[in-house]
Amino acid sequence: MSSDSNDNDGGDADRGAGSQQEGRHEQGLEGPRPEERERPQGRRSSQGIRIDPQAEASYVPRRTAISALVANDPGVLATVTGLVSRRQFNIESLTVGPTTNPETSRITLVIEEPDPGIRQVEKQLEKLIPVISVRELGSDAIQRELVICKVHGEEPEKVQAITEMYDGRTLDAGPRTITVEIIGDEGKIDDAIDAYRQFGIRELARTGGTALARGEEWTTDAEEERYERLVNGTRTGAGTGTESRTNGAADD
Amino acid sequence: MVPVSERTDQVTSTEADAEGDPAANPETEATETDGGTTSEAGAGTTTEARVEAELEPETGADGPSDRPAVETGAGSIAHALEGAGVEHVFGVQGGAIMPVYDGLYDSALTHVTMAHEQGAAHAADAYGQVTGTPGVCMATSGPGATNLVTGIADADMDSDPLLALTGQVPTSFVGNDAFQETDTVGVTRPITKANYFADDSETVGDTVGEAFALAEAGRQGPTLVDLPKDVSVGETDHEPDSPELPQYYEVPEEADAAAVEEAARALASAEQPLILSGGGVTKGEASPELRDFATEHGIPVVTTMPGIGTFPEDHDLCLSWAGMHGTGYANMAISHTDCLLAVGTRFDDRLTGGIETFAPDAEVIHVDVDPAEISKNIHADHPLVGDAGAVLDQLAGAMGDAFDAEDSSSEAYAAWRERCTEWKAEYPMDYPTPDDAPLKPQFVVEAMCEACPEDTIVTSGVGQHQMWASQYWTFRHPRTWISSHGLGTMGYGLPSAIGAKVAAPDREVVCFDGDGSFLMTSQGLSVAVRENLDITVVVLNNEAIGMVRQWQDAFFERRRMASEYPWLPDFAKLAEAFGAKGLTLQEYDDVADTLQEAREYDGPAVVDAHIDPAENVYPMVASGGDNAQFALSEDQL
Repeated sequence: MSSDSNDNDGGDADRGAGSQQEGRHEQGLEGPRPEERERPQGRRSSQGIRIDPQAEASYVPRRTAISALVANDPGVLATVTGLVSRRQFNIESLTVGPTTNPETSRITLVIEEPDPGIRQVEKQLEKLIPVISVRELGSDAIQRELVICKVHGEEPEKVQAITEMYDGRTLDAGPRTITVEIIGDEGKIDDAIDAYRQFGIRELARTGGTALARGEEWTTDAEEERYERLVNGTRTGAGTGTESRTNGAADD
Repeated sequence: MVPVSERTDQVTSTEADAEGDPAANPETEATETDGGTTSEAGAGTTTEARVEAELEPETGADGPSDRPAVETGAGSIAHALEGAGVEHVFGVQGGAIMPVYDGLYDSALTHVTMAHEQGAAHAADAYGQVTGTPGVCMATSGPGATNLVTGIADADMDSDPLLALTGQVPTSFVGNDAFQETDTVGVTRPITKANYFADDSETVGDTVGEAFALAEAGRQGPTLVDLPKDVSVGETDHEPDSPELPQYYEVPEEADAAAVEEAARALASAEQPLILSGGGVTKGEASPELRDFATEHGIPVVTTMPGIGTFPEDHDLCLSWAGMHGTGYANMAISHTDCLLAVGTRFDDRLTGGIETFAPDAEVIHVDVDPAEISKNIHADHPLVGDAGAVLDQLAGAMGDAFDAEDSSSEAYAAWRERCTEWKAEYPMDYPTPDDAPLKPQFVVEAMCEACPEDTIVTSGVGQHQMWASQYWTFRHPRTWISSHGLGTMGYGLPSAIGAKVAAPDREVVCFDGDGSFLMTSQGLSVAVRENLDITVVVLNNEAIGMVRQWQDAFFERRRMASEYPWLPDFAKLAEAFGAKGLTLQEYDDVADTLQEAREYDGPAVVDAHIDPAENVYPMVASGGDNAQFALSEDQL
């Protein structure tokens, strides 16, 4: 290993051979310094994607809805929200509610992430044991959200006009407050709230978005499988919700 | 696995422990245990336990062969563990877990009582790594469960198969902040693959079986079942079914065939291919397939730290491990490869350094059983989701056509192999051993490696000693390097050596520890002495939490805040106090003899090796830095 032996340690020391003294070393780590080394040419983006140094590009965040069919077990919501917070996914809203199958619930997440982040949300959700099936819904999915808005009641006619404009309903009207509900997609709700601001909004409550795939398309694969099984009557035994998990091959 | 003859010995010795130990007259033991864990609530339980304890030896003496039918949840749990093939359990007694322990009394399981629950989790974790099947640890509610947490988190980060069973206050008390109540399921949710709150005596055995099966299947990991006392003591005659996976859980086996073909063509058209072999290769038992593939085509191999041993480090194609303290040649190769076949790795930041500069010219083929690892940190140009061995077989089968299609052959790799060999010569792993400086730790590691058989299991704590052990020991087989990688848990070394030795009583077990790490879990020596485990602990003692000291010197202007430990005990005397063999090592001339004496001692031995406190770990890639820019000394950082 070492070539220049100055000490009495016995020069050409091959570690492993002979006595302890012969096994002693002199050289230490050697080799070209970092700045003297050959260097690779390429680079990766912060998302780990190999990039052409000439044409740098990275994904921009986009807003999308992800639907997850989950087992109706205690702690599932905590598991999902824990995942979202721990992995720092940028989440706009999360709703949860029952489905046609008493053994399952649907969680709808609206997230804003670049594409690699969206894929990660899907896969990490899919990996959770109580999560049965996950899908990102297309931009044509039917999305709805509800807001209950309580405004000052000094100008009831104007409030009524705006409520009608947004196809809303008046839930409660008193001398000092008027409470309305508006249902729609996120943008419509945002606009309606903006419109009500002129009266002074006392309080409001929004549900966050919930969604289904449009038309005959199934929202998640598991629901399609279950439906087929119920319709075809191939179901065995009493157990419903025996959808198989579909996390086979990577989807990208 | 443990040979039958050894098993019999173990069972016998444990029975002797339970009945022959002078202090373990069952009555005294039950009282002590309860007294130690519960105060007011203890009284009723104590009487109960005493009565049971007095009755049990009569029936238990016949041995495990005629096992009693299930009568309680606890009995069902014991049968579930037996049914899963569990032979050893590591744990610590306590109030809420007492019924579960009572259920083990008549079982064929051997329980190893640990000195601290953290040690129980680490021992079970190491047991799982050595055997490939989940290690089992047990603890009571509250502090017992929270003491397990570090070990569970460790297993989670390293995908080690582990099943934790925790006691819990009775269901009716849950939520009342009862004595020794902790929301164990809540606390462990982010660090388990899955966890369960058992709510029914009838099904608790099946739940334990499912948790065991999940820990073992697919990407391995820790699972936990929280066992309220009323569920354990509740009556049931339900004999648990053999362990079953949850109905929605599917483990991918083979990767998509078209993707495999594309990946094979990427390899065939590459000029500088490199295999990165991760811990998943060990977990998937794919080391033979990986060796075949690499040698068949002459592709150099680097490993990750958990992947150490998946490819023999003395093989010409092996460049050892890459990453922060990996070899210079591994880091050069991984920085210059044009096609990286990464198998069973999650591209941890200690491996990649800065993402932007990691294997920047490489088309990446990523083989992993967990789809969520694909493109998590490093984008996979060719994701191959499946079992490591199965996918490597698929790839091997596709290479012939791929070479034809690309009009190439693996002979084109020769120049690249030559280049890798040059890097080996250019950046040799070496260290000076001057006469005027104290003993170098690397020398101790090498001397021990030369002395030990090649199937020796090496465990470690975390810090400088861990790096020296992994750099200078020559690993040739999977499951011989047992360490804490992802979590970096100081104190992992000794308890994991205990778990490893219980798992492999016929193999030599060496623990390299640091003084800081050893101080954290040295109470485990009492266990090693009691169980007469023939393990050798080598403490590379530099009187400092050395990695921190190294970083302070490099990055904090040598301001050594709280990193120097000149107040340490004499570890040789400490070992003797526990009833182990204690030896002190200072001089080069004594290294061989002292290590030999420790190895030959029949029982646990501790060598307190006083090493050069100035020695540092190099090469080093600065955190988030460029792997190709590894520093060979502090002035290069």
